[in-house]
Amino acid sequence: MMKEMADMLEIKNLTKVLADKLVLKNITLTLNKGEVLAVIGPNGAGKSTFFKCVVGLLQPSSGDISFAGRQLTKKSLIAKRKIGFLGHESYLYSSLSSVENLLFYGKLYKVNHLEEKIPLLLKEVGLHLFKDVPIRSFSRGMIQRLSIARVLLSEPEILMLDEPHTGLDQEAVALLNRIILSKKAAGISIILISHDFEQVHKLADRVAVLKSGRIIDTLTMGEESNLYEMKEWYEKVVTEG
Amino acid sequence: MKTILLDALTIAGKDLKGELRSKQTIGMMLVFSALVIIIFSFAFDPTSNTVKAIIPGLVWVITIFAGILGLNRSFVSELENHCLTGLRTAPIDPSSIYLGKVLANFSLVTSVQLISIPVLFLLFGYRFTGSYLWFCCIVICGTIGFIIVGTFLAALAANAKNSEMLLPVLLLPLISPLLIAGVQATRIVLESLEITDAISWLKLMIAYDFLFLAVCFLLFEYIMEES
Repeated sequence: MMKEMADMLEIKNLTKVLADKLVLKNITLTLNKGEVLAVIGPNGAGKSTFFKCVVGLLQPSSGDISFAGRQLTKKSLIAKRKIGFLGHESYLYSSLSSVENLLFYGKLYKVNHLEEKIPLLLKEVGLHLFKDVPIRSFSRGMIQRLSIARVLLSEPEILMLDEPHTGLDQEAVALLNRIILSKKAAGISIILISHDFEQVHKLADRVAVLKSGRIIDTLTMGEESNLYEMKEWYEKVVTEG
Repeated sequence: MKTILLDALTIAGKDLKGELRSKQTIGMMLVFSALVIIIFSFAFDPTSNTVKAIIPGLVWVITIFAGILGLNRSFVSELENHCLTGLRTAPIDPSSIYLGKVLANFSLVTSVQLISIPVLFLLFGYRFTGSYLWFCCIVICGTIGFIIVGTFLAALAANAKNSEMLLPVLLLPLISPLLIAGVQATRIVLESLEITDAISWLKLMIAYDFLFLAVCFLLFEYIMEES
C-alpha cells in the first residue's frame, strides 16, 4: 500500500509498434511522488513516442501504464486532468491573447476560479504585461513561458516536459528551473526529456537512458554527483548499450 | 453528455471568437456567394421564367460550395502550433471536439445563408410566395446534414497534403442524397406546390441527419488517433 502511494506513475512492459517498427521495447519505469526523472538518449531513441504513449496521444501496442495505482486507458479523463504535458509545440492559438488561451484550456480542464488563477500564473511566468496581446506577436521564449502557464493551470500531479528548455534565453531557463524545483518541492512528480545535460544535472533526481526503444540504464543523482561524471556515464552507457 | 456539450460549446466559442476577430473565413464565404449570385444573374435573364427553376439549385450551390471553404479551414486552423494535439491531450471526450466544430461550422454557414439567400432573391427579382416556415425547416435540415458529414470529412482530410482538394472529392458524393432531397423540397416550397411532397423529402433529410450524426459521432475518436 505504501509503495502504491509512493509510485505516482508506473509503466510496465510498455511496447509500441509504429509502421511495423518496434519503437518502444518493454519499457518499465516508475516515477515516485515529488521525484524528477530525466529521460535522455540519442535522437530517434523513442523518447517522444514514450511521452505520447503516457499522455494518451498514442495507444501502446502492449504493456500497462498506471497512475496512482489506477490503470490508464483511453477514457481515463480524470487521470488526464492530473497530467500536464508540455510538448515540442505550444498548442496555443495565435489569434487569441494569453488570457483567452488560458481561459480556453482552463475551461476544458474544468479548472475552478480561473479569473483569479490566470493573472497569478501570468505573473509567475512574467507575461502579465502582455495578457491581452494576441500571441502571434510573441517570441519563441514568450510562447514557451505561456505554454508552461497552460500546463500549470490545471495544477497537475505529474508534469511531463518534452525538451522544455529549447529556445529559451538564460532568464527564461532560470525561471523554468525555479518553477520545476518549486513544483517538485510541492510534491509534484516530473518527467523531463532533455538533451541539455547541464539542466538535467541541476534538476533530476534520477536519469534514465533510452536507446533504440529500450531503457538501457538508470542513474540516481546524489548531492555529490557532478556534471562531468554524468556525461562520462552517459557516453559509456550509450556506447556499450 | 452534459460535459460533452459544455466542452463542445467551449470549442465552438473559441472558433467563433477567432473568426469574429479575423473575419477571414466568413469574408471568403460571402465573397464566393456574391460571385455565384452575380455570375448567375448575368447568365440567366432575371425576368424570365427560368429563374424559378434555378433558384432552388442556387440556394444549395451557395450553401455547399461556400460551406466547403469554411469546412476546409475548420481543422486546418487547428494544425498551427499543433493545437489539435493540445485538444487531444485535454481531459475531454473526442466527440466534443467534433460537436464543437459542427456547432461553429453550422453558425458560420447559417450566417452566410442569412445574408446571401435574401440577396439572391433580391437580385433575381424573386417574389417569395411559399411558406417561410417550411423553407427555413428545409434549409436548416439540409445545412445540418451537410455540416455533420462535412466536418467529419474535414477532420479526416486535414492531415492530408491536399486537404482542400480532397474534401470536396470525398464530400460531394456522400451528400448527394441530401442535396437532391434539399433541392427538390426547396423547389416544391418555392413553387407553392403540395407541401406533403416536400415533407417526404424533409423526412429523408432528417433520417440522413440522424444516421450520419450517430456514425460520425462514434467514429470521430478513431480518426483523431495517431497510428
